[in-house]
Amino acid sequence: MSRSISTFLGKRRNWTIPYLLFLAIFVVLPLVLIVFYAFTDAEGNFSLVHFRKFMIHPEAVNTFAYSVGIAIITTLACILLGYPAAWILSQSRFNTSRTMVVLFILPMWVNILIRTLATVALFDFLHFPLGEGALIFGMIYNFLPFMIYPIYNTLQKMDRSLIEAAQDLGATPFQVFVRTVFPLSMPGVISGIMMVFMPTISTFAIAELLTMNNIKLFGTTIQENINNGMWNYGATLSFIMLILIGITGLFNQEEDNASNEGGLL
Amino acid sequence: MMTKYLAKGYLWLLLILLYSPILIIMIFSFTEAKVLGNWTGFSTKLYTSLFSGGVRHSLVSALWNTFTIAMIAATVSTLLGTMAAIGIYNLRTRTRQAVGFVNSIPMLNPDIITGVSLFLLFISLGISQGFVTVVLAHITFCTPYVVLSVMPRLKYMNQNVYEAALDLGATPFQALRKVILPEIRPGMISGFILAFTLSIDDFAVTIFTIGNEGLETLSTYIYADARKGGLTPELRPLSTIIFVTVLVLLIIINKRAEKANANKRT
Repeated sequence: MSRSISTFLGKRRNWTIPYLLFLAIFVVLPLVLIVFYAFTDAEGNFSLVHFRKFMIHPEAVNTFAYSVGIAIITTLACILLGYPAAWILSQSRFNTSRTMVVLFILPMWVNILIRTLATVALFDFLHFPLGEGALIFGMIYNFLPFMIYPIYNTLQKMDRSLIEAAQDLGATPFQVFVRTVFPLSMPGVISGIMMVFMPTISTFAIAELLTMNNIKLFGTTIQENINNGMWNYGATLSFIMLILIGITGLFNQEEDNASNEGGLL
Repeated sequence: MMTKYLAKGYLWLLLILLYSPILIIMIFSFTEAKVLGNWTGFSTKLYTSLFSGGVRHSLVSALWNTFTIAMIAATVSTLLGTMAAIGIYNLRTRTRQAVGFVNSIPMLNPDIITGVSLFLLFISLGISQGFVTVVLAHITFCTPYVVLSVMPRLKYMNQNVYEAALDLGATPFQALRKVILPEIRPGMISGFILAFTLSIDDFAVTIFTIGNEGLETLSTYIYADARKGGLTPELRPLSTIIFVTVLVLLIIINKRAEKANANKRT
């Protein structure tokens, strides 16, 4: 017995098996369950009743559309604010230190609730009214680092000789940026969009804190339904979200390999 | 020259904006006023009342739960993830890419999807939710990061050393212990710290898997408190402590990564 175990473990590729089992039970099966619950009624029979409920229920559709809108505004603002910052950080001629980079990505790791409560406190302190404006500002606060980091990463790994070549061939600085730098940094921008857009739609609790319970985003709708025992409907809403992730994910194929290397932060 | 100042100025402006909320919290954690923004003189009373047992017992137990969950989850994910990384490294390219893809799912999914999906798993299997389910959920989203921090170490390792150890008569296990483990240990430690931070930080996945038997972690405690009507003054020193802890942990990871890079170059 122990001999067969040791020959089994002797092949190191077999070491993947415990983790594969774990992934099957805790990652793949749960996702299958979302699909299963989304397409069944309370008795477990196949049904599209929850999708119909979503379609004819103005509140859910409105929340969804509103969340997508807020997410688009947040994402655009993060690109506009974050891209210049990432570009400056990546340029050696400004000799920004490594610490500066760490400072920019550090907020990514601070509990989102604490960050939001701190933002609410700041708005209170400045007598800035809580509401839609606070919601958008708060979301930008929360997610800006998630935009800066991936863009910084691609800009930093960019081949400098391409920029020099463009300059040698007579491009103006503006042309160099539009024709060379920006297209080459697209993978970073896209993964930044992934890291800002989806979380903005799916956060719950955050929007309520920033708007004194006046505005709800889609994540809250999911959480409320699950909380109130409407598992099938909650699963349906999650499934709609998964579809959205799938669509954005299609644009995101190349980025994976780039982000898997290098430092952790 | 001008652009340089403009560029630096822009960065500093963004940093000030990003950090002003947390700085305000930090500053006002050193005063007693109930309402944030009133400065009633320097005091560390909030810090002492945060930890003075009886009164805020639930907060202390929430802290303890958070810490234990993070410890267990980080330890298990480090072991599971390291083993998996060694295995994945020895897979054929095609299979390796497939496993890598599944490994990246928990990282790509928004927290709420991970939370809902695990919630459905536990109710489908009839497992009552509590401490164990939270730990399992945390292992689920932590392990992929451990795998990713151990993998590069295996890549940069000299494979011949392992083969040499086997040729010189070491059993595969001796070779693992004496050759591979020392090489990948830095990756394991970074992975552990990363998993620990992620676990302490988590809110969305925890709330879906914690059940309703009164178990609280720091995040769920803060959430419940915030719903009751805003900031308990004690949350200010608490946020400060957490922020400083995370800061220190991240600086440690980063210094390690920098040192590793420097070693690689020489």
